[in-house]
Amino acid sequence: MTLEAKIPEGPLAEKWSKHKFNLKLVNPANKRKYDIIVVGTGLAGASAAASLAELGYNVKAFCFQDSPRRAHSIAAQGGINAAKNYQNDGDSVYRLFYDTIKGGDYRAREGNVYRLAEVSVNIIDQCVAQGVPFAREYGGLLDNRSFGGSQVSRTFYARGQTGQQLLLGAYSALNRQIHLGKVKMYTRTEMLDVVTIDGQAKGIVTRNLITGSIDTHSGHAVLLCTGGYGNVFYLSTNAAGSNVTAAWRAHKRGAFFANPCYTQIHPTCIPVTGDHQSKLTLMSESLRNDGRVWAPKSVEIAERLRKKEITADQVAEDDRDYFLERKYPSFGNLVPRDVASRNAKEMVDDGRGVGGSGFAVFLDFADAIHRLGKDAVAAKYGNLFDMYYQITDEDPYKQPMRIYPAVHYTMGGLWVDYNLSTNVPGLYALGECNFSDHGANRLGASALMQGLADGYFVIPYTLGDYLATIGPKPVDANHPAFAQTKQDVMARINSLLALKGTKTVNEYHRDLGHIMWEYCGMARTEEGLAKAKGLIHELRADFWKNALVVGENEEVNPALEKAGRVADFLELGELMVDDALMRRESCGGHFRLESQTPEGEALRDDDNFAFVAAWEYKGDNQPEVLNKEMLDFEFVHLTQRSYK
Amino acid sequence: MSEFKQTFNSSLGKKLIMALTGLFLCTFLIVHLGGNLLLFSDDEGYGFNVYANFLTHFPPIEVVAYLLYLAILVHSIYALVLTVQNRRARPVGYAAPNRSPASWSSKNMGLLGSILLLFIVIHMSDFWYAYKYSHKIGYKEYRTDLATDKTTSVDYVPASPTFEKSVSTENNVEIVRVKDLHARVAGSFSNLLYVIFYVIAMGAVSFHMLHGFQSSFRTLGWVHRKYTPVVCFIGTWLFAVIIPLGFAAMPVVYYIQSLR
Amino acid sequence: MNLTLKVWRQKNADAKGAFVTYKAEGISPDMSFLEMLDVVNESLILKGDDPIHFDHDCREGICGMCSLYINGRPHGPKRAITTCQLHMRSFGDGETITIEPWRAGAFPVIKDLATDRSAFDRIQQAGGFISVNTGGVPDANVIPIPKVIADEAFNSATCIGCGACVAACKNASAMLFVSAKVSQLGMLPQGQPERYSRVQAMVAQMDEEGFGNCTNTRACEAECPKEITLTNIARMNNDFFSAKLFREEHAHEHASGE
Ligand SMILES: Cc1cc2nc3c(=O)[nH]c(=O)nc-3n(C[C@H](O)[C@H](O)[C@H](O)COP(=O)(O)OP(=O)(O)OC[C@H]3O[C@@H](n4cnc5c(N)ncnc54)[C@H](O)[C@@H]3O)c2cc1C
Ligand code: HEM
Ligand code: SF4
Ligand code: FES
Repeated sequence: MTLEAKIPEGPLAEKWSKHKFNLKLVNPANKRKYDIIVVGTGLAGASAAASLAELGYNVKAFCFQDSPRRAHSIAAQGGINAAKNYQNDGDSVYRLFYDTIKGGDYRAREGNVYRLAEVSVNIIDQCVAQGVPFAREYGGLLDNRSFGGSQVSRTFYARGQTGQQLLLGAYSALNRQIHLGKVKMYTRTEMLDVVTIDGQAKGIVTRNLITGSIDTHSGHAVLLCTGGYGNVFYLSTNAAGSNVTAAWRAHKRGAFFANPCYTQIHPTCIPVTGDHQSKLTLMSESLRNDGRVWAPKSVEIAERLRKKEITADQVAEDDRDYFLERKYPSFGNLVPRDVASRNAKEMVDDGRGVGGSGFAVFLDFADAIHRLGKDAVAAKYGNLFDMYYQITDEDPYKQPMRIYPAVHYTMGGLWVDYNLSTNVPGLYALGECNFSDHGANRLGASALMQGLADGYFVIPYTLGDYLATIGPKPVDANHPAFAQTKQDVMARINSLLALKGTKTVNEYHRDLGHIMWEYCGMARTEEGLAKAKGLIHELRADFWKNALVVGENEEVNPALEKAGRVADFLELGELMVDDALMRRESCGGHFRLESQTPEGEALRDDDNFAFVAAWEYKGDNQPEVLNKEMLDFEFVHLTQRSYK
Repeated sequence: MSEFKQTFNSSLGKKLIMALTGLFLCTFLIVHLGGNLLLFSDDEGYGFNVYANFLTHFPPIEVVAYLLYLAILVHSIYALVLTVQNRRARPVGYAAPNRSPASWSSKNMGLLGSILLLFIVIHMSDFWYAYKYSHKIGYKEYRTDLATDKTTSVDYVPASPTFEKSVSTENNVEIVRVKDLHARVAGSFSNLLYVIFYVIAMGAVSFHMLHGFQSSFRTLGWVHRKYTPVVCFIGTWLFAVIIPLGFAAMPVVYYIQSLR
Repeated sequence: MNLTLKVWRQKNADAKGAFVTYKAEGISPDMSFLEMLDVVNESLILKGDDPIHFDHDCREGICGMCSLYINGRPHGPKRAITTCQLHMRSFGDGETITIEPWRAGAFPVIKDLATDRSAFDRIQQAGGFISVNTGGVPDANVIPIPKVIADEAFNSATCIGCGACVAACKNASAMLFVSAKVSQLGMLPQGQPERYSRVQAMVAQMDEEGFGNCTNTRACEAECPKEITLTNIARMNNDFFSAKLFREEHAHEHASGE
């Protein structure tokens, strides 16, 4: 099958405007005849649901938490990019576009990324109008900081909780539409399948997480805004409930899954302390603006640190290796995430890791405290320092923080065209759930931007085109496809509930996480991946034999919820490994040891791998089929990334 | 009108009424204490008795007095309504005792208020009711030599039981005849149980004010970085310390005097 | 460390609940409170028992989903953190820990330790927004906002909607939560056009949900994981009385975003 990305022709800067003009419009009087289903109410979902309802469509929105405000977008700390150039430091739409394409290691579409940079400026305007309290300067205007390896200050932020403030803004817009009756909100409701009629998405099947009731909902289009799948690694910075189920079910109904192996590992997380650990906590990478990353120069010193014979401040300056500053003199501690993460792993592999487990390096603020004073440091990072202290019981004002990379974001996701439509007509994917704009690596502060761009400024236009095409005829909610899909869902639930083995679902999840982290994490090899494939396959088979799922369907049953999600992760894990095996190059977050420059940097193979890998599901236990969408670069010149 | 009803039926409206009546009662506390201080003047109760008579007979004050009774009534009724509503807002309580930090007085405003109400009822029936509507209180006649400004007093028995007060001047001597509430006060305060009850009630005033005074400003929405500390200072020192001490001092001093 | 847990178990909203005692053994002081419960739950599942249900999601103190009334205090014994940020090193070996759900009429128990806090959503739906549609808004820097105001509004905006304030309050009052929302928008210039209708609509909904009244005890402020201050309540009162008594606006004429 050929994949139509539908990127409009013409100069970069005109693509989106021209496309908007060419899209069909829905007559205002007809809008209320359309029902739109929005699954997920994070930044992408809440902004889409609110904007579509404002236009006049009837929206049904779903989330599994008890309130739309709790979607995991809430956890984003650092900030959101926008090409406002308020700081007069040389930023522009083109520069943001260029940085994002380059940061993504040339594995994203030019057209999409340019549009993202273009609408980024509107996002900030929109959020401010909603009352989002961004940081300001004394003159009353908005403040910016530089973030995640960018050389201009274009990141807007709200202390350490940009995500919460942006989400509360979108949530308030959503609330207004709920109040007006244009959005009907279903909380504590999990989507378990997509209903397709004649190959078009026409509804979903959900489970009410309180009563267990399985229901069908029909609509003219279904928007999946269900976030990322980082939890396939068990330990990640994602929320406990983050899952791939919605996207994976859609995949099994025909939607292609693109670039599943592209995962972002964030360098500044709090290290694992033990097996009991249920999640990892990220600390904003803004910490790298003032903190210096180091590891001991020698294994002996590292050993003594691990045994707690000495503390970090007792290590002499000469015995410290500020490895990022050493290797990347121009970017220093501010190299992109993948580079920083990989280098930390190298230190650990080298035997120079610190902390009880040896899986950590230091992030040191002694210099900053000396230079700026403790108060200034506290004003900037106080809440992060507190958070670190709460979790580790160590005071970062006195001792350097220990950090280690953790899975943070998944660039892969459902394949979508320029209109955010998957290859299943009527089924759209927005936000982290799609694969669209970040290529093989996402730059800091650009996921929030993408989620809101998709929801506020892209889907309201592109969805109209599809709706105008299919017309406002009501969806036949009695079509047998609804009953059939509902039956499939119930059958699956029953088979999960029938699992009365000896191993808890959580243990399977942890095992899967170990495999993924070990073989499909920061560095990947042909051999390791092949091994992982076998291991996951076995684990999945074992799950369906030996897992233990308690309780019944007709009650609050988190064990059942978890079982369904882990079962999907087990299938996804295998696809990720397949994708990583197929991609015999290094790019962005995907680092194949076989493909590196003499200096040990990621080495792309543009001749053979400048494409999007869109995987097609072919049935249970059938190998998935690879579809390639070739990436054309008309405007940027592909270079080897260098942050030296 | 329904607009008002809506306002005062809301949770905030009810609190507004609590705060306004509460503050009104606070101003009364000041006035009342001021008058009572006359009990301490060594004039055989002259100043106090005249003041008591003034309070009960000067028409504007009478109006204020009825407002005061109304305020007490409304304050108490709303206190009850709010307390009942608050109970209802948590139909199932906690098993573990609440350890959230909050001042004792703030958590016990209802209890403190109930003590106050009981006190006010007893206090009013003992003095105000007895003074106004019964004939249990005797009279005194004060003769002041206007030349030397010396006052002497004797008990006085009026001809009619409805006699209230008379002022006349004979040969440069002013004769004032009034009900001798002072004697009644002195009598009551020689009873130890009575004194203890008073002191406890004043303790309740203290704690009620310790929280209530500043709280009422918060309820009204008058919070300010600069002025709130002033309000807290006044609430603590004037209303929770000086005023209750002042009130409590009277029965104690009188009791001690009665022992001699 | 080894602990004894007294946990409220209640099958569903209609069932009668009771405390059940569990042993939590071999707990590491580095575990978070929820991870400790995870461990207990794993052992319950292996025995075929129903695991203890509690709400949680982000596990880093920002989503506001976790709750738990621990030994007489919402979010446990430490200040300014949520239950998911509470670590077992805050407890002593051998301690008995009583764990209850938030208790308030407006927060009915769903199961065990999880309650239904949708009342908070409904209060916000009643007016906790600025009525602007997507697009057509002015440039973000058109409205300068004094830094103090921006910072103050931000302080109010940090509320995570967890409901600990209600749980802590002896009156089960939601004033801290509602006032934080009202204050944030009421302080910012963007929020001015609807400032007085908003406060009325939100207070009306708050009352309808059956929360208690405020006695300014400050328990809410002391337990709030985001340290929302009582000053917000005064701000809201001021706006409310101003709206009700002095301004030409009515909740029922509330320009509900048309
Ligand atoms: C700790 C952390 C910090 C971050 N910091 C930054 C940052 O500083 N800057 C930046 O740009 N990005 C950051 N990111 C990334 C960014 O926050 C996310 O990529 C983005 O918010 C995702 O938004 P979303 O709307 O796509 O999904 P989410 O916000 O994850 O929302 C998913 C929604 O889908 C619902 N859902 C999921 N599955 C189902 C189902 N089966 N049925 C029903 N509903 C379902 C959920 O209930 C939820 O409402 C960070 C991410 C993390 C984890
Ligand atoms: C001398 C008499 C009294 C004075 C000066 C007084 C003053 C006050 C003040 C200033 C408040 C604070 C109001 C607020 O928080 O907004 C208050 C609260 C209260 N008062 Fe009184 N009061 C008096 C008598 C009483 C009586 C007789 C009762 C009850 C029977 C009572 C019960 C209460 C209660 C329950 C509150 C707390 C209301 C709440 O905030 O929920 N008070 N009082
Ligand atoms: S005010 Fe504080 S305690 Fe109340 S809901 Fe908000 S964050 Fe939670
Ligand atoms: S689980 Fe999100 S705040 Fe505790």
